[in-house]
Amino acid sequence: MAGYLLRRLFHALLTLIGISLITFIILFALPGDPVNRVAGRMANDQQKALVREQLGLDRPLWEQYGRYVGKLATGDLGRSFMQRSEVSELVGARLPATLWLMLAAIVCELVIGLSIGAVAAFRRNTLLDQSVMVGAFVFVSAPQFLLGYTLLYVFAVWLGWFPIGGYGSLSQIVLPALTLGLLGGGWYARMMRSSVIEVLRQDFVRTARAKGLSRLRIVFVHIVPNAILPIIAMVGIDIGIFMSGIVVVESVFGWPGIGQLTWQAIQQLDIPIIMGVTLVSACAIVLGNLLADLAAPLIDPRIRLK
Amino acid sequence: MNRLLASASIVTLLALGACGEEKKEEAQQAAPAASNTTATTEAAPAATPAPAPAAAEIKQGGSMIVTFKDDLPTLDPAIGYDWKNWSVIKSVFDGLLDYKPGTTEIVPDLAESFETSADGLTYTFKLRQGVKFHNGREMKAADVKYSLERMINPATTSPGAGYYAGIKGFAEFQAGTATEVAGITTPDDYTVKLELTAPDATTLHLLALNFSYVVPKEEVEKSGLDFGKKPVGTGAYKVTEWTSGQKIVLDRNADYFKAGLPRLDKITFEIGQEPVVALLRLQKGEIDIAGDGIPPAKFEEIMNDPASKDLVITADQLHTGYVAMNVTMKPFDNVAVRQAVNMAINKDRIVKLINDRAVPANQPLPPAMPGYDTSYKGYAFDVEGAKAKLKEAGPEAGFETDLYVMNTDPQPRIAQAIQQDLATIGIKVNLKSQDMGTVIAAGGKKDGAPMIWSGGMAWIADFPDPSNFYTVILGCGGAVEGGWNWSWYCNEALDKRAREANAITDPAKAGERAIAWGKIFTDLMADAPWAPVFNEKAYVVHSKRVAGPNGIFADPIHIPVNYDEVYATDVK
Repeated sequence: MAGYLLRRLFHALLTLIGISLITFIILFALPGDPVNRVAGRMANDQQKALVREQLGLDRPLWEQYGRYVGKLATGDLGRSFMQRSEVSELVGARLPATLWLMLAAIVCELVIGLSIGAVAAFRRNTLLDQSVMVGAFVFVSAPQFLLGYTLLYVFAVWLGWFPIGGYGSLSQIVLPALTLGLLGGGWYARMMRSSVIEVLRQDFVRTARAKGLSRLRIVFVHIVPNAILPIIAMVGIDIGIFMSGIVVVESVFGWPGIGQLTWQAIQQLDIPIIMGVTLVSACAIVLGNLLADLAAPLIDPRIRLK
Repeated sequence: MNRLLASASIVTLLALGACGEEKKEEAQQAAPAASNTTATTEAAPAATPAPAPAAAEIKQGGSMIVTFKDDLPTLDPAIGYDWKNWSVIKSVFDGLLDYKPGTTEIVPDLAESFETSADGLTYTFKLRQGVKFHNGREMKAADVKYSLERMINPATTSPGAGYYAGIKGFAEFQAGTATEVAGITTPDDYTVKLELTAPDATTLHLLALNFSYVVPKEEVEKSGLDFGKKPVGTGAYKVTEWTSGQKIVLDRNADYFKAGLPRLDKITFEIGQEPVVALLRLQKGEIDIAGDGIPPAKFEEIMNDPASKDLVITADQLHTGYVAMNVTMKPFDNVAVRQAVNMAINKDRIVKLINDRAVPANQPLPPAMPGYDTSYKGYAFDVEGAKAKLKEAGPEAGFETDLYVMNTDPQPRIAQAIQQDLATIGIKVNLKSQDMGTVIAAGGKKDGAPMIWSGGMAWIADFPDPSNFYTVILGCGGAVEGGWNWSWYCNEALDKRAREANAITDPAKAGERAIAWGKIFTDLMADAPWAPVFNEKAYVVHSKRVAGPNGIFADPIHIPVNYDEVYATDVK
């Protein structure tokens, strides 16, 4: 187990180094020159050269990358070109909002997806099955902003049940989390449905039925824990997706998360912020997957981690 | 480039006619029966309907909420350079000079008075005494010198430093061969002397520009690079809370040196609000100003809604949207081709395409800028004439070329309209719809882009002076690698005339100078490096709770509002 963990962590480190290198190269290969943005339109060549030197952009690319990684090792993500603030502070300030929304959204997805998926599986090939699955498919295909604005208009503007966007109170998280839950829930529903159907065909379910166990016991003790395994892996992937920014939903609801910061940084070619956010989300994806893999044997003892 | 300044619009001027500054209002109030009609004065009597109530009704106090989509990047006056932080910085800091609220007229601010030497090379400023920074220390001449030198210092990476290159000793200080800027001296605690290498009529504007605003050395040193997030100035408001990405709170500076200002106790900026959502909240009365204005999707609805209409204020901006044609690339090296393009573009149709949020343009200067030539007619829309011009241009007639455009709405739609217009005269245009950085990079390369539609990246003047529309975007100095003169037009004779016009520093000759500048732009149009298309207007919408003379909303200098002057109507 310890060996497995070490090996996985080592792989994670290699992945992160690879990602940082690729991002770095891509960002610097972009045609825009951040010095033009920072130095302003009035700057002449000489002033631009001074700014380039200040930002360390006059060095060869490999040296810049080396310096970046060197600072990274001490936890320093550098400073934003446009805002001049520490990237770690900027990302840190946005992290809680994103984490909260991610947590609430995953809970919504699971509640919506698992219940729909299980019901559809138990009533498979009925009208109920078909209608909930079509419904789920509609939500999966809906654009984020469309669903977000619809919920916002209906529940916040017309009915006035929730605040119109913003961050800070519990009532403000409901609509953005519900938007993401409805959007992502469909995937979970499909996965849950096929997973439950597969488990239903297994011998141990027939045995349990033959033993005359109660329906509830069969569902919750024998079927659900066995069907849920692929769902865990999906949550792991979801964490990564949410961490890399929920840009649209965050802007519809005025949620001060990482997505907003990233969007602003991309528009301004603020390379240190883009790098920082990319690395943080890459960490989250790696970590999410690792957690999902670690959780698997806890739920299904047949799985051993080697 | 992200800067956005509005200018004195008709609305602004009307509003100014109706009410003056506070002191005058008080004086007026004492008079038994005031008349409110002349353009130079004064407050309206309370009985007469007017855009703003008389002074008696304005009570100091109350608060307002402003929303923005994006966080304010920084409030460091040497660095902040977009339209959102621009006016907030003006309320947290002060400079030697400022503009009279709602106008483009320069008035002393931290300076009490100033003198210009006869040769136009030396400016002497007498400072106001007893002005205090938010930390309690008195602001003195050394702070002015420190602030200017800090902004010029390459280590600060100020996007405005280039403006101040005319100060004596600028180059030596930037290069590191001098420890101070020789042209900035402080004969005593309340006197600052500025020496230039050549007379420059824009100097006073530069000292009203945010980059020159005064900061306290000890606070800058304490906060280092984070000063922009922990700003300390002399301004009407102090920053008391800043939660990144969420909100910024400004509280009234009780020690502010201008009596009666600011009028509000508190301004809260809520960040991260989509413009559409902000408008919904405004209509529900939750916020007072939707800082990002009216999004195109809501424009018709708001403008046609009787309840909202009175709360929308329209202002001209110092902005021109244009098609730049690269005069070094074939076939745009031929002036007849450039003229044909000018005649082929149907500007009225493009203005309709963006819901009339602009007026058609015929010259580089916007109408609100001094020097704008009202008698100049430009190239009228004339398809047959354009075809004839193109024929005159010779064998290249009927060519294929690329038009670069920024890829956010409505820019690609505008570019498509231009594409259709040019197709009718036989020019086949391929659209290159790219992100802003790519388009700017292409424009800054000599053979990068034959044509660029400037929308979304266009020049919006930093200060209301015609020179601000020439040097960088049409002069030889901008026609360099990585520069902003995307047409690569370089006319030494016009550059010389520009230098001469800028040397006219005598305020009495300001009119003559403006005419000289206007002529430079209309003469330049004979070579047609640009096809000017339109001048955008700005729209500000506010709640009934906050008010002020219309001139302070969509102020020429402050967007969306002059925070010092706006007041709340619900103060008891």
